[in-house]
Amino acid sequence: MKKMEIEFILNGKKRKIEVKPNDLLINIIREDLYLTGTKYGCGLGECGVCTVLLNGEPVLSCLTLAITVDGKEITTIEGLAQGDELHPLQKAFLKNGAVQCGFCTPGMILTATALLRENPDATEDEIRNYMRGNLCRCTGYVQIIKAIKECTSIKNKGLTN
Amino acid sequence: MSQLKIIGKPISRDDAWAKAKGELKYADDFSLPGMLYGKVLHSKYPAAKIISINTEKAKQFSGVRAVLTAGDVPHNETVTRFGQSSEVGKGFEGLYRVLADKKVRFMGEAIALLAADTEEIAEEAINLIEVEYEPLPGVFDPVEAMQPGAYLVGEVDSNIIAQFGCAQGDIERGFKEADIIIEDTYKVPFVDHAYLETESGIAWIDENSVINIRVGSQVIEHFRDVADVLGLPHNRVRYRGTMMGGGFGGKEDITVETYLALLTWKTKKPVRLVYSREESILCHSKRHPFIMHYKVGAKKDGKLVALEAELISDAGAYPYLSPWVNLYATVNAAGPYCIPHIKVNTYCVLTNNTFTSANRGFGAPQPNMAYESIMDELAHQLSINPLEIRRINCLTTGKALSTTGQTFKTYVALPEVAEKAWEALGNPTRIKDKYKKVGQGLAIGLMSYGRMTFLHDSSRCYVRLESDGSILIRSGIPDLGGGQVSILCQIVAEELGVPMSKINIYYSDTALTPLAGTTTATRQTYMSGNAALKAAREIKKRLIYKAAQMMNVHTDNLDIGEEKIIVKYKPSQYLPLIEAIKACNADGIELFCEAQFNGPFTMTPDLSNIRGMIFPDFTFGAQAVEIAVDIETGEVEVLKLVTCYDVGKAINPLSVEGQMEGGSIYGLGYALMEEVIIKDGVTLTPSFSEYIIPTSADVPEAKAILVESGGGLGPYGAKGIGEPACSIIAPAILNAIYNAVGVRIKSLPATPEKIIRTLKGQFN
Repeated sequence: MKKMEIEFILNGKKRKIEVKPNDLLINIIREDLYLTGTKYGCGLGECGVCTVLLNGEPVLSCLTLAITVDGKEITTIEGLAQGDELHPLQKAFLKNGAVQCGFCTPGMILTATALLRENPDATEDEIRNYMRGNLCRCTGYVQIIKAIKECTSIKNKGLTN
Repeated sequence: MSQLKIIGKPISRDDAWAKAKGELKYADDFSLPGMLYGKVLHSKYPAAKIISINTEKAKQFSGVRAVLTAGDVPHNETVTRFGQSSEVGKGFEGLYRVLADKKVRFMGEAIALLAADTEEIAEEAINLIEVEYEPLPGVFDPVEAMQPGAYLVGEVDSNIIAQFGCAQGDIERGFKEADIIIEDTYKVPFVDHAYLETESGIAWIDENSVINIRVGSQVIEHFRDVADVLGLPHNRVRYRGTMMGGGFGGKEDITVETYLALLTWKTKKPVRLVYSREESILCHSKRHPFIMHYKVGAKKDGKLVALEAELISDAGAYPYLSPWVNLYATVNAAGPYCIPHIKVNTYCVLTNNTFTSANRGFGAPQPNMAYESIMDELAHQLSINPLEIRRINCLTTGKALSTTGQTFKTYVALPEVAEKAWEALGNPTRIKDKYKKVGQGLAIGLMSYGRMTFLHDSSRCYVRLESDGSILIRSGIPDLGGGQVSILCQIVAEELGVPMSKINIYYSDTALTPLAGTTTATRQTYMSGNAALKAAREIKKRLIYKAAQMMNVHTDNLDIGEEKIIVKYKPSQYLPLIEAIKACNADGIELFCEAQFNGPFTMTPDLSNIRGMIFPDFTFGAQAVEIAVDIETGEVEVLKLVTCYDVGKAINPLSVEGQMEGGSIYGLGYALMEEVIIKDGVTLTPSFSEYIIPTSADVPEAKAILVESGGGLGPYGAKGIGEPACSIIAPAILNAIYNAVGVRIKSLPATPEKIIRTLKGQFN
């Protein structure tokens, strides 16, 4: 199959690569760009571990064709921290014990980033609902929800619903 | 205990930082130059003769480097072993067949292996292997498979692969003494581990002709089994275990390692193999379904007098860990209750279903679902409160387990945990919606931590204090996500008075780290924790010995903390740790130690009547839930969930709470939604669209109550929690459903369909 050149911004840096029309974004990110923080879990869009942000929106990279990201901006888990300074959600996940096996963590944190951008005052119910596409088998979600809740805007902190 | 500085503190785990940044390299996050891609051809039939296999087209396909079938495997048939140190007899060893030969036993069984230059080529070429089958009738129901004349799954003359029994007292007399007898049958289904990381790895041959396998495995001791398959000396196969993306028992058996080793051995090139989700669900082990007949007798006042249980489990197509799981189920069959007259018989039966093996709980959750349902029914029929009936009958310190007679010398936190869980649940929530009925339920249980004592379990750990005061730990410990590795760092940091940041650990490597045994049986905090403690304390002793000379203070008066050797009665007087290290190094005092911790050793028991010590110790817990049943749809919403366990000592409370909460939700899935549906040997739920596990929207906030009795056999009095945490919740939910709508669901999962049908049946 003939390769095509695409250009996009990956974690703040301009990248130009050649992809086949049927290449999936997950494979390009993991195999060609060596960013293995994006995980394979099911290949069918059912588990959420391959989540990346495309122009700030969470997308499942296992269902996304690489050519469709031409001209867009991608954020993977590797692009969230500023050097050694972790993103507030990463800090909250660590502090609250929300990381066990860690396999869902990158997708979970990226989805939560999008949630808090869309809805900085998200209530617990809104968090639970928004995060439902990201499966976790270890934590029972308790510490994950707590970590995300901690990162909502000040005025909502401590409120239950 | 009050002086502990790092133990007992909720600290962020050693491994969590890299995971949160996406930097941790799991088994399939690794590649090598010239790497090939492996694929497995799986059987299309659950039971069939293999008439012929033609690999020619696949072999000739451009980019294919190797195709292997059973005849190419040096030792295609060996026995299943799980790193035990002692000979345990044939009863616990099953056939391990790498590739199907002449006959297939389940749909998904591996028939051929292939390696190719790219993933695409491998995928295309694997379908060019032509297998001619002659379908056989097969047998898919364990009860049917037990009957004389049943279709034989294997090559021996019976499908029953293990039988266990426990008895005490006189069962007939017991039932004669009973005022009330309840008899019923309970069923539990196949369950998938559903770890998010599928089975995967990479293998290569190094410059010393050693086959290296980089894989996520709970049992790195399988390097010996892989070597046996290849006919190589054990020291020519090396496992480099990675952090796992979840295990839950599913990475306790060999998964893809043998396939990787064979393909790399054949091609002499690195090979990577990653199971798809479908392969993971179709081809790898499941939790055992059980059919459980129970008969329980009690006096009017609720006092139990007799319990008879017959447990039949479906082993699927190959034994793997089935005998062991069934032994656990047998020992757990009477729960944490004092019952004078007991009779338990367990049968483990081969069928042509997907094979079953270890799954978090290892035979404890199944009987727990049955006996706790019966206890609830008994309470209901005798009009006794659910907490009270458990108070009347539960084990307490000094009493003996009814099945085996093993006496509890350590603190038994019953009824304490039950009281705490039930109290924390509070009054029933009032809901205005007239179609929603609220109910509350309670269940208690026990589960062992540490392996069966007749396996003569041990763990080793190496600790080295560097000249700059940093510490290096080496332990073979595999980490499936529970924080096993971090626990060792915490223990060594505590004992040698250094911060966690100064510790580096190498883990899970069969060549370079001392073998620490399996990450199974909820044993690592107990076993490897004690090994790390022993090694660290030995080094501490040597440091203090030297410091005592230098400071002219008796060793008894010195302690280590905050990188200092401190005079206990005058903390302002101290020697910096670094000075003691320098002095030890100058004197040739060894600042490293490899220690081994041994669990208690016993003889292999009489399996027809198991008596005495089988496990080192048990963890006791209780779960209480409040649910609402929608009587129009049958849907169950869990409103409140309380989990209370005596964890002995929480070394890292964050991790312990994580186990208790995560375990509860793992069990909630078992109770309400999870079932691998296998119809006539064909799996109908091969993806997360069909195999449903709980999402964030399905679960309530779980409240974890930690009782810390300090009575465990682990470091600082810790007990194990990983598996006990998931083993009790299902019956608590079933009992709450009964409390809400008067319907007793006797088979898991309690789906809306099942509830609404039972409800309708009752209304008719």
